[in-house]
Amino acid sequence: MSLLNYLRRKKKPTASVAKERLQIILAREHAGRHEPDYLPALKQELLDVVSKYVKVDLGDIKVNLERDGDCEILELNISLPEEVQEMLVNAD
Amino acid sequence: MARVIVVTSGKGGVGKTTSSASFATGLALRGNKTVVIDFDVGLRNLDLIMGCERRVVYDFVNVLNNESTLKQALIKDKRCDNLYILPASQTRDKEALTQEGVERILNELKEDFDYIVCDSPAGIEKGALMALYFADEAIVVTNPEVSSVRDSDRILGILAAKSKRAIDGAEPIKEHLVITRYMPKRVEMGEMLSVDDVKELLSIPLLGVIPESESVLSASNAGVPVIHDKNSLSGQAYSDVVSRFMGEDTPMRFLNVEKTGLLKRIFGT
Repeated sequence: MSLLNYLRRKKKPTASVAKERLQIILAREHAGRHEPDYLPALKQELLDVVSKYVKVDLGDIKVNLERDGDCEILELNISLPEEVQEMLVNAD
Repeated sequence: MARVIVVTSGKGGVGKTTSSASFATGLALRGNKTVVIDFDVGLRNLDLIMGCERRVVYDFVNVLNNESTLKQALIKDKRCDNLYILPASQTRDKEALTQEGVERILNELKEDFDYIVCDSPAGIEKGALMALYFADEAIVVTNPEVSSVRDSDRILGILAAKSKRAIDGAEPIKEHLVITRYMPKRVEMGEMLSVDDVKELLSIPLLGVIPESESVLSASNAGVPVIHDKNSLSGQAYSDVVSRFMGEDTPMRFLNVEKTGLLKRIFGT
């Protein structure tokens, strides 16, 4: 690089940004690597069953698989729409 | 016992075929009986890089379908005695590859060869999965660039989960990192991921670094694997890769910017 170019240079180094972004995304993808393939299907079937009785979206169902030592915990979280919750309260 | 080595990367255009061609040539130049197989069914290109495109009569899929014998399909390299090429089919699709068929061909090749180099297609579809399924070792070709590093990491996950060795619970595939298109100058300026960055991100042993070089394009233009070009830095770097693979202690080269004179630095080139 010539001296003139050197003096004109104002570019910010981007390699460190690349490395940081990769570290984050790879860590996240590694965590998902052990997720079983059946999770999306499980979610869909749960939605089918629940929506027979209550109107819910796929987004309202959270399926989490956590590993705690030898123990795997499958956590299901279905948030019901507000009107259903009110109905439930009134029924009490 | 023959070793099956897959050259893979996930991402396309990072230098898998260039690396396969030079790596296989290097093994053969050292006296190993070597065959290099193009797994990119439908998009054959290894024949062009090896300079034998006009000698293709039968291909990998013909052998799989028993339309020709393996002997008829293998092309002997013009420049190296110990090197053979098994071209991919240009007309069929990758569904032609079956696990049983590929296994039968590999077993037949194992009787005659020391090394079987499998040039994987890009992606993680059937062709790529078949190329890596029977591998004993993997060369993961990576460019110092975000999408290539991420895809290489993904391929490492697949090697560890979907290869035969992984499924059988055998000793895992031996992984090697080859970084291609490396530009020391841009690394020094903080514009490109360094060798250490990529090594740290992928955490597999480094087999070699191939510097970006004009000679790679000239070599593919001519159909002569770049490892034959003794004056080219890339060619020399591929020779080093082969010698390290063979267990020699060859120090890494081409990692730093060449020292230039004061005048050149002031006036540029």
